[in-house]
Amino acid sequence: MSKLRIRVDQDKCQGHARCKSLAPELFELDEYGNAHEAGDGVVPAGLEDKAWLAQTNCPEIAIEVTEE
Amino acid sequence: MSDSPSASYLPEHPPVTDWVNDFDHTDPVWTEDPFPIWETLRAASPVVHTERFLGCYMPTTYQAVKEIAYDTEHFSSRRVIVRDIRPEISARAPPITSDPPEHKPAKQVLLPPFTPDAMKRLEPRVRAICNELIDEFIADGGCDAAARYTKHIPVRAIAHMLGIPEKDGDLFIKWIHQILELGIKDDDQMMSGVREMTGYFMAHLEQRKLEPGNDLISQLMRAKGPDGQPLSDDHVLGSLRLLLIAGIDTTWSAIGSSLWHLARTPADRERLVSEPALMPSAIEEFLRAYSPVTMAREVMKETTISGCPVKSGNMVLLSFPAANRDPAMFPDADRVMIDRKENRHAAFGLGIHRCVGSNLARMEMTVAIEEWLKRIPDFRLDPAGKVTWSEGTVRGPRQLPVLFGKGS
Repeated sequence: MSKLRIRVDQDKCQGHARCKSLAPELFELDEYGNAHEAGDGVVPAGLEDKAWLAQTNCPEIAIEVTEE
Repeated sequence: MSDSPSASYLPEHPPVTDWVNDFDHTDPVWTEDPFPIWETLRAASPVVHTERFLGCYMPTTYQAVKEIAYDTEHFSSRRVIVRDIRPEISARAPPITSDPPEHKPAKQVLLPPFTPDAMKRLEPRVRAICNELIDEFIADGGCDAAARYTKHIPVRAIAHMLGIPEKDGDLFIKWIHQILELGIKDDDQMMSGVREMTGYFMAHLEQRKLEPGNDLISQLMRAKGPDGQPLSDDHVLGSLRLLLIAGIDTTWSAIGSSLWHLARTPADRERLVSEPALMPSAIEEFLRAYSPVTMAREVMKETTISGCPVKSGNMVLLSFPAANRDPAMFPDADRVMIDRKENRHAAFGLGIHRCVGSNLARMEMTVAIEEWLKRIPDFRLDPAGKVTWSEGTVRGPRQLPVLFGKGS
């Protein structure tokens, strides 16, 4: 099965924090509440659904999910 | 908030007969039930116009709302309320009334106190506030949930954050009513509310200059602007104005609309009680379907939005609530589905002006609904009472008479 990788586009993220609420394991918030992918952005096995859920709920369409 | 229409409300606007060419978001028909109106407008055009309010556009689709929200070159935030008049701009409330490049530094000062982690620290106090309120009416068998419950939660929470007495909340509610509702048609009301609020906060600033604390007012007074200097008193006062104006009747409305929905929808109520894990998606769905906040922009330069020409000198009624009911973006947009999976709603805005208090609002809504359902799992609208809705910029129930229990 292919591996997923996420990336938060810092030019687009406005800190709605929907991703952090839906997939806390995959995102980190900075002091301003803006989101960043946790670690290198590789989605651990079993968390793929959460990655897609975060992606499809971001109001700014700031989360990229790529299949590797 | 609109308990008592005052005489200074005049001149009344003539009733609307042609919504597409003459819309008016203060018309009683809109106030009561705006959703079919938005559908009519959306079917007519992605952008409609009215001669009222000295000329005003309204984007009717999610796409058109998004284009405007992202376009800070043609659309200014210096006026964020669509009103009958456009007086000289005096009382600013940065960052909501700021455009780039001033916007970003003004916003960054406010963001750290409102992160989800900061809200977690405030949550126990909000839970206690909710229970203190419920204690006051639970034995009565019913209550006006807007007047006795939803109205007081955001006021007390923000007072707690600011380090000012929670009992001063009634003053805040009065000022907000003057600014957000009466002020649309009556500048004296608006200015009087702004003046009183500014005087009140100035006294708190002076007090903290003598005795600095750790509350949000003290934090703002210690914060540095982009030039490395502390923010001016004027800037701090402006931001405090913003926190009150933006942080109170908005969340009051959001909690009220959620309870209104649950009072009328036993299936959702029962489901939330038996499946509490649905609470986050339910809150997002309530935010989408009953978004309280409509913002405004001023057209600074002629441009085109979703193919429609837009001319300078007009205001824009930036209806995030209408965007959130657009079926092109949300399948079954008029149906409330508390388990909706995909929900990119714009209740807190889109682009750089994303609501600074969104994490606070979500926490307050979640806690308010959870605590209510724990103690009053069954309730219904009181058939002998009347639900009333606020007019204008922020929509939510201002009277919400409910009876507790399953009923007959």
